[in-house]
Amino acid sequence: MTDQNLPKSARNFDVQRNLPDEVRLANAMDGFVAEFGPTAASYMNACVRCGLCAEACHFYLATDDPKYTPIHKIKPFEEAYNRTSGPFAWLNKMLGRAPKLSIEELEQWEELIYDSCNMCGRCTLACPMGIDIAELVKEARHGMFAAGLLPDRLMHLVTKAEEFDSPFGTPEDFRTTVRQIEKEFGVSMPMDKEKADVLMTLTPEALENHHFGIATMARVLNHLGLDWTYCSDAFEATNFGYLSGDLELQGELTVRLINKAKAIGASTLIIPECGHAWGAARWEAAKWYGAPIEGLRIRHIIEVLAEAVEAGKLKCTPVNESVTFHDPCQQIRRGGLERMPRVLLKALGMELHELDPHGVEGFCCGGGGGVLANERAEPLRLKAFELKKQAVEASGAKHFVTSCNICELTMSKDIEAIGWDKQIESVIDLIGTHMITDEPPLKSPAGKAGGARKKSGTPATGKTKRKRPAKKK
Amino acid sequence: MTLIQLLEGPLWKGSAAIFVVFGIWRLAVILFTGRTRAKAKPAGSPFVGSVRTILGHFLPGAAIRGHGKTWFVTLAGYSFHIGLFALLLFAAPHVTFIRDKILGVGWAPLPRWGFIVAAEFAFAGLLALWVRRFVDPVVRLISRPDDHIAAGLTFVVMLTGCMALGQQSVFLRGLHLGLVEIWLVYFPFSSLMHTFTWPLSRGLTGAMAGRRGTRM
Repeated sequence: MTDQNLPKSARNFDVQRNLPDEVRLANAMDGFVAEFGPTAASYMNACVRCGLCAEACHFYLATDDPKYTPIHKIKPFEEAYNRTSGPFAWLNKMLGRAPKLSIEELEQWEELIYDSCNMCGRCTLACPMGIDIAELVKEARHGMFAAGLLPDRLMHLVTKAEEFDSPFGTPEDFRTTVRQIEKEFGVSMPMDKEKADVLMTLTPEALENHHFGIATMARVLNHLGLDWTYCSDAFEATNFGYLSGDLELQGELTVRLINKAKAIGASTLIIPECGHAWGAARWEAAKWYGAPIEGLRIRHIIEVLAEAVEAGKLKCTPVNESVTFHDPCQQIRRGGLERMPRVLLKALGMELHELDPHGVEGFCCGGGGGVLANERAEPLRLKAFELKKQAVEASGAKHFVTSCNICELTMSKDIEAIGWDKQIESVIDLIGTHMITDEPPLKSPAGKAGGARKKSGTPATGKTKRKRPAKKK
Repeated sequence: MTLIQLLEGPLWKGSAAIFVVFGIWRLAVILFTGRTRAKAKPAGSPFVGSVRTILGHFLPGAAIRGHGKTWFVTLAGYSFHIGLFALLLFAAPHVTFIRDKILGVGWAPLPRWGFIVAAEFAFAGLLALWVRRFVDPVVRLISRPDDHIAAGLTFVVMLTGCMALGQQSVFLRGLHLGLVEIWLVYFPFSSLMHTFTWPLSRGLTGAMAGRRGTRM
């Protein structure tokens, strides 16, 4: 009996699709190198096995288990690459050296590729060769997805994203939910305008669990006088194709947003707090669009707000309390937005006690890269969270704030799980709550910062089934 | 033709040719892998990012500076590499060999005491890193046979080079040259190629970070 046939409780991997092992193996290799360019190829030819990447990985540091060494996570793919696609693959073929990759090996590696890597890129800072291992793990996920070997929970979200317009649900579900939020909080939320200067997007996590955050964001956009709209057929910011390794879905979700923004004449596409959504849209959209994206700026909400603060268009009543800030890895280390949340905290009159480490060196929340959605990873995630908890306590700050709603949800779940007396707050919520404005105040009794997140933080439940739109060729 | 003539003649030329041709081949395959994809509009300079990462990674990143292992690897790594390059470029027999067989020009060699100091640094660094491959659980797990072969070959090349320093023995000179030729043949197919690939991986990561307006 192979591991694949064991009862699910006895194995640490999930299997999708009924494929012969040899097809899975071939798909894994093809998927791994599908997006390879000089950058990934240089990484595959540079590692000297010094092991310093382990010293940067929160999963290794929290467990002391060598298997969590970042470069080890791509081992099966590296060997197969060298024998089938690397510079001397032709020599290996001439010598009859077939790839040693086995299906059992791939199954065992599923945990390392999906459960114990947030693709946060902290290991890159440690690597003497500058290898961006997060990028290689992303390539490995392309292979694992093609092989039908990813966590069931992540596959469930991918299926939802394929079946509906979003894991959250259909355009109708979206419109209904936004109207409910609009009514509940008394804030105007433009929907499906034919023409608008700004296309605003949301995450399923916020739509499910954080209506207060959606209301505060809308209130800030209204205060800034932007000509903005949601579009019910292009509202999804989170890219589950990016997280799972489903290249086709990644391209489809990305191009949908770009095409819609262009169709309504928008000059700006705003990505909400989510970190990986920012990476997928801002840094990878052109790849999927097939050309540089002209006439459309892809901006993160904290960029927009920081710019408004610096232009004097957004002022806040001072909070006058201490704060520490968790740097979301995809926004800060991999996203280039390190300065923005600090501008916002300064505008709030908060005394910033930086975490140690912070900024580009900061530890990941542990939930990014699809790990939060992958429920079987929770015990490991909680161990890694201990590093963050220690840093927050050492900061001595009253408020614990971040600018990514996946980080916020991850850490709020972790805080609840370990029974820690701390609350994680959103910098956007704080801005929305404390800005000086003529906009009507939010009606909700939960109108204090960070106070309205539902406890059950599981995103993505489509309600009304909708036929999947035709995929691009 | 004597064995030493063979080693100094055809075998030297053959191993050097393999080193050059396959080394260039490996770099070319890396550089021409895949297709050019459209890139996002930059938020910063890829060039500046590239230079910053190439230079910045000569020292351990702030993220891991507090760890003892980091400094062990860094100091041992510098000890080995500086010692090795000093031996390679400034050992008296090498200067003569480079002048007579490769470039046609030479330079002042290391004095004997300088050779000994450089060799001590090189051996200490190499042995420290190699032993670590056996004793550190992380490095033991991730090490490949290639890492041990590369370290072993480099070690015996250095050892026989020290033994042949006085040039009194043709056998020792031949042994050293033969091992160097094996090392040259193995080089382009192995992790020894990091000698040439490190600027690529650092530079490309830095360009990505620079484009995004961050630093890595």
